[in-house]
Amino acid sequence: MTQLILFNISNGLIIGAFYALMALGLSLILNLSGVINFAHGGFLALGAYFAYTLMPYTGFWGALLIAPVLTAMVGLIVERFLIRRLYGRDPLYSLLLTFGLAYIFEDGLRFIWGAQSLPYSVPLWLNTPLSSHLFFLTGYRLFMVLLVVVAVIGLFLILRYTRLGMRIRAGTQDLDTVSVLGVNVRLLRSLNFGLGIYLAGLAGVLAAGMLGLQPTIGSSLIMPSFVAIIVGGLGSLPGTLLGGLLIGVASGVVTVFFSSASEAVIYVMMAVVLLIRPRGLLGEEGRLQ
Amino acid sequence: MIAFDKRTGSALIWILLLSLPFWLPLVGGYQELGTRVLVMALAAMSLNFLLGFTGVLSFGHAAYFGLGAYGVAMSIKYLSPSTPLGILLGVLAGTVAAAIVGALIVRLRGVYFAMVTIAFGQVFYFIAFRWNSVTGGDDGLGGWRRQPIDFGFAQLDILGNDKAFYYLVLALFAISVGAMAVLLRAPFGRTLLAIRENERRARFLGIPVELHIWLSFVISCLFVSLAGTLYALLSNFADPRALRWDMSGNFVIIAVLGGMRSFWGPLVGAAIFVVLQDYISSQTENWMSFIGLFFVLVVLFFPRGVLGIIRRKVAS
Repeated sequence: MTQLILFNISNGLIIGAFYALMALGLSLILNLSGVINFAHGGFLALGAYFAYTLMPYTGFWGALLIAPVLTAMVGLIVERFLIRRLYGRDPLYSLLLTFGLAYIFEDGLRFIWGAQSLPYSVPLWLNTPLSSHLFFLTGYRLFMVLLVVVAVIGLFLILRYTRLGMRIRAGTQDLDTVSVLGVNVRLLRSLNFGLGIYLAGLAGVLAAGMLGLQPTIGSSLIMPSFVAIIVGGLGSLPGTLLGGLLIGVASGVVTVFFSSASEAVIYVMMAVVLLIRPRGLLGEEGRLQ
Repeated sequence: MIAFDKRTGSALIWILLLSLPFWLPLVGGYQELGTRVLVMALAAMSLNFLLGFTGVLSFGHAAYFGLGAYGVAMSIKYLSPSTPLGILLGVLAGTVAAAIVGALIVRLRGVYFAMVTIAFGQVFYFIAFRWNSVTGGDDGLGGWRRQPIDFGFAQLDILGNDKAFYYLVLALFAISVGAMAVLLRAPFGRTLLAIRENERRARFLGIPVELHIWLSFVISCLFVSLAGTLYALLSNFADPRALRWDMSGNFVIIAVLGGMRSFWGPLVGAAIFVVLQDYISSQTENWMSFIGLFFVLVVLFFPRGVLGIIRRKVAS
C-alpha cells in the first residue's frame, strides 16, 4: 500500500510538473497580453512531433534541444500574423482565434503523422528502473522532473535578471507606462509569446516519452493547466507553479482510492479555492477587475 | 433597398421559420437539419443573453447544454417514458448546476471569468465520461427514444413525425426567445445593458452588479439547458461531446458570426454554421481543420457578425 501511494504521488508530481510547465507558458502570455492561448496544447503536441521527426537524425538529446526552438519559431509566426492583430480588442476574439488554431493543430497533426500513437523512444539507460524495490522510479522520470526544475529556475532567472525579463514583469504591471518609457511593446509581446511557446514545446518533448505520442496529447493537458493557473493565483508565476504541482499530486493521491474521480478532483479543488480565496492561493489582489 | 425596420425583420423571420418544413426540402435540406439549426440557435441566443447583452464572456455553456441532454436521456431511460417530464428534469439539472457554479464565479471578470467557465465546463464532461454504468461513458447514452406527447384530447406524435417534432421545438424556441426579449426590454434587461456598458458606473448607481450577473448567468443557462434537452431528443441520444469545450466554442462562434449585439444574430449564425458543418463533414474527413479555419476567418474578417455588418451598411 505504501508503495502504491508513493507510486501515485510520484506520478502526480511528474504530471503536475508538466501541468506547471505548460501553465507557466500560458500564464506568461495571459499576464502580459491578456490572451488565453487555447492553442497551447496544440503547440505542445507540435513540439513532441518535431522531436519524433528529428530523433532519427539527431538522437534524443539533439531533439530535446532543437524541437522546442522550432516550436517557438512556429509560435512567433502565428503571433506575428494572427494573434498580434487582436491585442487590445475584446479577449473574446483572441480566445476564439486560438480555439480555431487548436482545431487546426490537432487535425493537422493527425493529417501529417496519423491518428494512431507513434513509438517514441527515450534512451534505454534512462528508462531502466533505478532500484527493484521502487520499480516505478525510472531514470527518465527523475530526469524529467530534474529538467522541469531546471527550466523553471531558468525562467525565473530570466525574468529576474535579464533586461527582457524585467520588461516582461514591468509590462505585466503596466504596459502603457512601459511603452511610454520607450520599450518596443510589440517586440516584447512577441518574445514573451515565443518564450511561452518554447516552454510548451519543451513540455511536449518530455511528455511524449511518458504519455505516448498522439495528436490529442496537448488537449488532455490544457484543461488542468487552466486549473493550475486559477488555483495558484492569477498573475502570479510562483502561484502557477504551485498550482500545477498541487493538482498533480491531488489527482495522483485520489487515483489510489477512487480512480474514476482523478480528473474531477482538480475541479473540486478549484471550486474550493474560488470559494475561499477567489484570487487564488498566491494571486495578487485587484487583478480580477 | 426597402427600409427595413425591426418589426418587419422579426415578422419575416417567424414566417420563414413557420414555413420551413415546406421549403427546406426544395432547397436541398432535410428536416433534421432545420431542427438542428433551431436547437443551436436557441443555445447561442441564450449564450448571447449573457455575452452580448450583459457583456460577460462564458466559454463553458456546453456544460449546461450537456446536463440538459443527459437529464432528459436519463429521465426517459431510467425514470419514466415521458418527454415533458424529461425536458423539465433536464432543464432543472442544468439550471441548478448553473446556480451553484454561478455563485462561485460571479466575482471574476473578463478573461478570468472566461477561463474559469472553461475549466468548470469540463467537470461535467469528466463525470459523464467516467461514470460508465449510468451515463454510458464515451459511447454516450442511447437505447431510449423521445416519447409522443399526450395532451389528453390529442396526441402529438413527435417520434414518428419529424415535422411534428420540428414544430414542438419551434414552439419551445418561440417561448424561450419571447421570454428573453421581454426580459431584455424590462428594467431588468436595461440594467444588464448598463452593466455591460459601464460596470463601475452601474455600481455607483447602487445596482447590485453581482446579483444581476448571477441572474443573467442562470437565466442564460436555463435556456441553454432547454436547448440541450431538445438536442438529445432530436437524435434520441445523449452525446458526451455535447458537454465538451468544443461545443462551448461552437456556441460562441455562432453568436459572434451572426452578430453579438443583435437579438436575432445567433439565429443567422446558427443557420450558417450548422449548414456549413453538415456540408463540410460530408465532404472531408478533415472537417476539424476547416471549422478551425472558419473560426480564424470569422475573427479576423467578420468580428461584428453578419447582422452587425448589415446594420452598419443600412446606417451609413
